[in-house]
Amino acid sequence: MSAESTDSRQQAAAAKQVLAGVDPVPGVAKPDAIFRGDSIQRSFGGLVAVDVAHLEIQRNTITALIGPNGAGKTTFFNVITGFDPPNAGTWEFEGHSLARKPAYRVARDGMVRTFQLTKVLSKLTVLENMRLGAQDQRGEGLFSALVPGVWRRQERENTERALELLKKFNLTHVKDEFAGALSGGQRKLLEMARAMMANPTMLMLDEPMAGVNPALTQSLLEHIKELREEGLTIFFIEHDMDMVRDVSDWVVVMAQGSVIAEGSPGHVMRDQVVIDAYLGAHHDVALTESGESLTRKADA
Amino acid sequence: MDWLSIFQNSFTQMVGVAAVVYCLAALGLNIQFGYAGLLNFGQAGFAAIGAYAVAVLVVTAGWPLWLAILMGVVGAIIFGLLLGVPTLRLRADYLAIVTIAAAEIVRQVARSVTLNDYLGGSDGITGKYAADWYALNPFDGFEWFIFRFSKNDLWVVINGWILVAIVALITWLLMRSPWGRVLKGIREDEDAVRSLGKNVYLYKMQALILGGVIGALAGVIFAMAAQSVQPDNYSTTLTFYVYVIVILGGAARVFGPIVGAMIFWFLLVFISEVLNNAVRGGFISSDILSTDQIGQVRFMLVGLGLMLLMIFRPQGIFGDKKELALDER
Ligand SMILES: Nc1ncnc2c1ncn2[C@@H]1O[C@H](COP(=O)(O)OP(=O)(O)OP(=O)(O)O)[C@@H](O)[C@H]1O
Ligand SMILES: [Mg+2]
Repeated sequence: MSAESTDSRQQAAAAKQVLAGVDPVPGVAKPDAIFRGDSIQRSFGGLVAVDVAHLEIQRNTITALIGPNGAGKTTFFNVITGFDPPNAGTWEFEGHSLARKPAYRVARDGMVRTFQLTKVLSKLTVLENMRLGAQDQRGEGLFSALVPGVWRRQERENTERALELLKKFNLTHVKDEFAGALSGGQRKLLEMARAMMANPTMLMLDEPMAGVNPALTQSLLEHIKELREEGLTIFFIEHDMDMVRDVSDWVVVMAQGSVIAEGSPGHVMRDQVVIDAYLGAHHDVALTESGESLTRKADA
Repeated sequence: MDWLSIFQNSFTQMVGVAAVVYCLAALGLNIQFGYAGLLNFGQAGFAAIGAYAVAVLVVTAGWPLWLAILMGVVGAIIFGLLLGVPTLRLRADYLAIVTIAAAEIVRQVARSVTLNDYLGGSDGITGKYAADWYALNPFDGFEWFIFRFSKNDLWVVINGWILVAIVALITWLLMRSPWGRVLKGIREDEDAVRSLGKNVYLYKMQALILGGVIGALAGVIFAMAAQSVQPDNYSTTLTFYVYVIVILGGAARVFGPIVGAMIFWFLLVFISEVLNNAVRGGFISSDILSTDQIGQVRFMLVGLGLMLLMIFRPQGIFGDKKELALDER
C-alpha cells in the first residue's frame, strides 16, 4: 500500500516536473502534447460559447478545466468529441486530426467522454451498460451476432473486466439492477466506469464528482490518479476547487468561451484574472488560502 | 346464436392467414420500433413492395416464385435505404413523417392509372401466384375441434407459422447478442451509445432494413395466400393495426407480436361474429345496429379494449411493469 502510494507520488511528481518548465500563459505549448486545438469556435446565434485560440494537453497528466457557469466548458467538450459541430477550428489527437469526425470515431480513437447530465441507459442493467462500453466486440456485427460461438468468449472476458471495474466504483451490489433505478451519484459512477470499459487513451469527465458522496469522492480521486499511473491522460471539468487542487497537475481556466489562464493549480488560483472571472468585479481575495470560499461564491 | 360457428371462425382466424401476415409485419416492426425505437410508420409500404414483387414478376412476367421473393427482399432493402439515408441522422420524428408519406406514395403509384398495364391500377393483379408451391401441398383440408381450414389456407398457414418461428428465432438470437444490446442502448439514448464508439447510424439502418425485409415477407405471404394484390390493402391502416399488435403483445418482447397478432385477430373476428349473430337473431334491434355497420363497430370495441389495456396493463401482455416505471423517474 505504502509502496503504491510512493509510486503514485513519484508519478505525480514526474508529471508536475515536466509541467513545471512550462510557462503559465494561455495557449502555451507543452513538451509532449496528446491533444492540440486551434481556433476552435462555436456560437449559438449571437452568443459565442467557445472561442479557444490554442490549447494543448500534456500526455499522461491530469488536466482540469475550470471556469464559471456558462463559460463554455461543456460546449468545448462537445465540440472536440464530435457531438457539436464547430463554426471553425481544427484539433488533433495523438497527431491525427479529429476535426469534424463523427462522435463514435472520436471515441474509437481513444477520446472517451462522460456527460454533465448523466446518460445511463435506464432499461439496461448496470452490467449490460458496462458491457456496451467494450470496444471491438465481435458480437456487434449483425451476422456474427447470430452465432453465439463467435462472441461468447469475448463476452465472458468483457464481463470479467466489467465486474472488476464495478468493484472499484462500488457498484457490485447493484450490477443486476436496471441502471434507471440507480441514484444520481451512482449514475455518475456508472458512467465513469462505463467510459473506462472503452479503454480510453484520454478520459474526459464532465463534472465527475457532482453528487457523489465525499467518502467515495476520495477513493475515486485515488482511482483517477491510478489511471494516470497506468498511462492514461485525464481531462476533466470540475467546480470543486479542493478536488482540482488535490488531483490535477495542470489547470486550464475558461471564461466567456476563451482560455483566460492556465498553469499549476497553485498558480492559477492566485491569478488575478481568474479571480476576476469568477467573482466578476475586482475583489481582493487571496485565492490560495481560501479556495473554498471561492468555490462557494462561484456556485452561488 | 350459433356459438359453435362463432368459436370455429374466431379460433380459426386466430391462427389464420391474416394472423400470419400481420404477425410477420409486427415482428418486423418490433425490431424497428420495439427494440431500436425507430418510428417506422411505413410498414405497409414494405409489405406492398413484397406483394407487388411477387405479383408483377410471377403473374405478369412469369418469373419463378423464389426469384420474385428475392427481388421483393432486395426491393425492401432499397426502400429502407431510401427512407433511412436522409432521416436516420435527424431527430426521431423525421423518420415517422417520411415513412408514412413514402408508404402512401408506394400505394398511390401502385394504383395509378398511368401504370395500369403493369400494376393493375386500383384493381390490382389477380392470377396464378404460386401454382407450383400450392402443388407441393400434401394435405387436404383440415377440420378438428374448432379449427377449420381449406386445403390452400392450411398450406399457407403451416408454412407461414414456420416462417414466423424462424423470424422469431432470429430475433431472439439477435436481441440476446451484443448487437441487440447496442440497439436497445440506441432506443434509450443515442448519444450515450455514440460516446462509446458505436456507429449509431449504421445500427439504425440495419434495424430499419431488417424490419422492413420481414415486412416485405408479410406482403409476399399475403399475395400468395390471396392469389391477388390490391393496393388499398396496403394503406396506413395496415401499419396502425401492426402497431396495435406490437403494443398489445408488449414491445421489445420476442413473443409479443405473435401473441398480439393472435389476440387481435381472435377479438376482431369474435366481436363481429357475435354482433352478426345477435343482429340476425334479433337480440340486437336492427334499428340500433345493422349488419353492414358491424365492420366499423368491431374496431371501436377493439379500440376500447386497447384503451383499457393501456390503463390497466400499459406494458402490454408480455411487457415488464418494472421496466416501464423507469420512464417516470
Ligand atoms: N444548445 C445550445 N443552444 C444555445 N445556447 C447554448 C447551447 N449550449 C450551450 N449554450 C450556451 O453556451 C454557453 C456555454 O455553455 P456551457 O454548457 O458550455 O457552459 P459550462 O461552462 O459547461 O457551464 P457549467 O459549469 O454551468 O456547466 C452558455 O451561455 C449556454 O447558455
Ligand atoms: Mg458544463
